[in-house]
Amino acid sequence: MKRIEAIRCVVEELSDELVVCNIGYPSRELYSVGDRDENFYMLGSMGLASSIGLGLALSTRKRVVVFDGDGSLLMNLGSLVTIANRSPSNLTLIVLDNESYSTTGGQPSYTAGKTSLARIAKAAGIDNVLEARSPGELKRAFNESKGKTSVIIAKVEKGNADVPIIPLSPYKIKKRFMEAVKSGHAASTSN
Amino acid sequence: MSILSQVILSSLVKAGVNFAVSVPDTLFAEVLEKLEDVGIIHVPVTREEEGVGVAAGAYLGGKRPVILMQNSGLGNCMNALLSLNKTFGIPLLMLISQRGGRREKVVAQIPMGKATIPLLKAACIPFYVSESLQQLSEHVVEAANHAWRDEIPVAVIVRRELVEEDRGY
Repeated sequence: MKRIEAIRCVVEELSDELVVCNIGYPSRELYSVGDRDENFYMLGSMGLASSIGLGLALSTRKRVVVFDGDGSLLMNLGSLVTIANRSPSNLTLIVLDNESYSTTGGQPSYTAGKTSLARIAKAAGIDNVLEARSPGELKRAFNESKGKTSVIIAKVEKGNADVPIIPLSPYKIKKRFMEAVKSGHAASTSN
Repeated sequence: MSILSQVILSSLVKAGVNFAVSVPDTLFAEVLEKLEDVGIIHVPVTREEEGVGVAAGAYLGGKRPVILMQNSGLGNCMNALLSLNKTFGIPLLMLISQRGGRREKVVAQIPMGKATIPLLKAACIPFYVSESLQQLSEHVVEAANHAWRDEIPVAVIVRRELVEEDRGY
């Protein structure tokens, strides 16, 4: 499956979930598939998608969905450890694993070699780790993960879709996202 | 509990901080233990950059976060402070314990000790350096308000000499 297909099949399942998306083409692909106020598109700070998702999940009752990449998660593996130990049940981390750094020219990542992010996530202490290789499997994994701290490793093809850059200012992305977080219910401290 | 720890905890509460991320530090050891007792959610993280990400997520979720770390950690999170916090306008209160000062015994702490303030200046991150416990208490509240008003990261440098003041040296 192409990465944009993986993103699309998750977007089709969304209602009021908050989405944090990794920098580069993944954010552009998400924007083109389905822009919504509840999407936070990262523009820098490579590696921090899962961490932003964790902080958010600990601050709201809404379900938080993170689209991360293999190269990005490899930059911040400690994040899996913190997620496992805090384990907010409303956090789903989807790793779009194309075994490469697609946005910067397709250099191979070490998931193309000996490394399995699914096994790392399990060893970090995350109980619900799922793998998906097709849109059907990904949809099923996504829906099964509701209510459990989850990591889904979605294996996708290399390469980027031909999609334009996001025409929103960083401040606009933040403002509308924070308004969407507030809508519907008060923030919770229960996690 | 030391006076320094009491001052930090009470000023964090006064500043409206309700979420903390931390990387361990001797100077903050008591504070880290007691954060949850004063109603502040505390998430220990594995590295400072990760902490900046978690704190940013908490802010997006409506919280007022602080990061507690050593100045050595500033180098570990500089890109995130600029390409995340500064880019989007995400505030962060930073309590930075200053190592590498006059009486530092660990030689490896000295280069970052010397570079800390120049780095903050180069990154246009406002900072407060407290000369007394009274001033520290004021600075924490002031820096937090500054961060939230201007939607930027703002640092308070907690000098080791304040512990000496605390111990009556």
